[in-house]
Amino acid sequence: MREVAVIGVGMNKWGELWEKSHRRIWTEAALAAVDDAGVDRVDAMYVGCMSGGLFVGQEHLGALLADELGMGPIPGTRVESACASGGLAFRQAVLAVAAGAHDIVLASGVEKMTDVDGGAATYALSTAADQEYECYQGITFPGLYAMMARVHMERYGTTRRQLADVAVKNHAHGLLNELAQFRMKVTAEQVMGSAAVADPLRLLDCSPITDGAAAVVLCPLEMARKLSKQPPVRVAASAHATDRIALHERDDMADLASTRHAAALAYKQAGITPKDLSFCEVHDCFTIAEILVIEALGLTARGKGGAAAGSGLTAQGGKIPVNPSGGLKSKGHPVGATGIAQIREAVLQLRGEAGKRQVPKARWGLTQNMGGTGASTVVHIFERAEGRKR
Amino acid sequence: MIGPVRYWREIPQRYRYEAARCSGCGKVFFPPRLVCNACRGREFKPVILPQAGTLETFTIIRVAPSGFEDQAPYAVGVVRLADSVKVTAQIVDCDLETLATGQKLRLEFRKVQQDGASGVLCYGYKFVPA
Repeated sequence: MREVAVIGVGMNKWGELWEKSHRRIWTEAALAAVDDAGVDRVDAMYVGCMSGGLFVGQEHLGALLADELGMGPIPGTRVESACASGGLAFRQAVLAVAAGAHDIVLASGVEKMTDVDGGAATYALSTAADQEYECYQGITFPGLYAMMARVHMERYGTTRRQLADVAVKNHAHGLLNELAQFRMKVTAEQVMGSAAVADPLRLLDCSPITDGAAAVVLCPLEMARKLSKQPPVRVAASAHATDRIALHERDDMADLASTRHAAALAYKQAGITPKDLSFCEVHDCFTIAEILVIEALGLTARGKGGAAAGSGLTAQGGKIPVNPSGGLKSKGHPVGATGIAQIREAVLQLRGEAGKRQVPKARWGLTQNMGGTGASTVVHIFERAEGRKR
Repeated sequence: MIGPVRYWREIPQRYRYEAARCSGCGKVFFPPRLVCNACRGREFKPVILPQAGTLETFTIIRVAPSGFEDQAPYAVGVVRLADSVKVTAQIVDCDLETLATGQKLRLEFRKVQQDGASGVLCYGYKFVPA
């Protein structure tokens, strides 16, 4: 297997992009990544998109978008794994380059969520849960995460205030991200006083509905310096794991087993431990999700994740900054694009190009992207290539 | 959309609570499936879900999905039935303010929703305080 590097990243401003179509949003981000890498061709491309069909009535994205980019007839593959579609698209690109099937590969993600009303968007997102045995009964995604939160709160003493602290931290981080959808400071009081959605979760515990795309360019590490002027970032690990899709089928509803399994594989591949990480970009689709994820990644002990945001452990300047980009909470969550945007942030941080939100001396970065209530997780670890002793 | 055929296919589970017990390791599956995810066994014996359960976790849905708007606020929980299968369902005829985990519940047959697009009346199981 060949070692793989990321040599280009692209993303546009996320938000409610009324004037832009699904294909336009994607093409902007893809062109930005190709231009950033400085390559004149792409040999294959992968597109993470959860539900082009339900959000804009458009499937067959591999062919459509390869042509939009002017790269036809290259193979274009659409990848779906609910909210982990972007991370999984990147993993397919890594495998293709590592296996020697292709040299220059574009990995991308897109979701156009505001062409439908809130009810239709909620329905499209709910298809990531068990339709017949969860959604049929009237549960929603905020409701499923609310039930996970209640287990964590009752078992470990996690407080309502600690959930709010995650939103406060990630919005503070997002203030420094010029592409974020919601660049605003929020207080714990505002979070706890926002509209109740599914007890104990409130509106400001939830990530938003977003239009957006992101893309990155990969190539073999040994070709990176020849192909691109950018400092290469090495893909040190790529891991994917699954779990039961229905929350009620899991033995422990407060344990993200797929994240735990993928993280263990990734740490082994990279030859590092959680202590070596400089920062993480994780899937904070709800405030409780970040708490569950950092425990599953081994950043804190089981049951201790609640205190991490409020204590400063996971804030900028803390021991292990989590979501320096602002996370899904502030940056936005166009579901298929989220996993790729996390990787873009990791690459910028490891190049030292993250501007005001730069994590000092960043060497190792981890991204964690999950689907549903955690039935799919993709974990990647990246290393600043020039920092590596050979 | 919950069309008539898709609805009809689940009737053994929704009306009669039919489950399956793995002949190899004894694990119960609801709905029944072809392969046991614990021992990979492929032989099962039909069983009926017990109707007494305990509330393991729950939420109060304030922002309801389509088909449920006129029911909000309502409680949905994960209920552990007597022989350890857990199911997701609404908890009704209860006080939303005092509902608590650990509460003993009983399964009842109720109307669950009316699918707006297909017009199918959807029945199934909900829980009430025991």
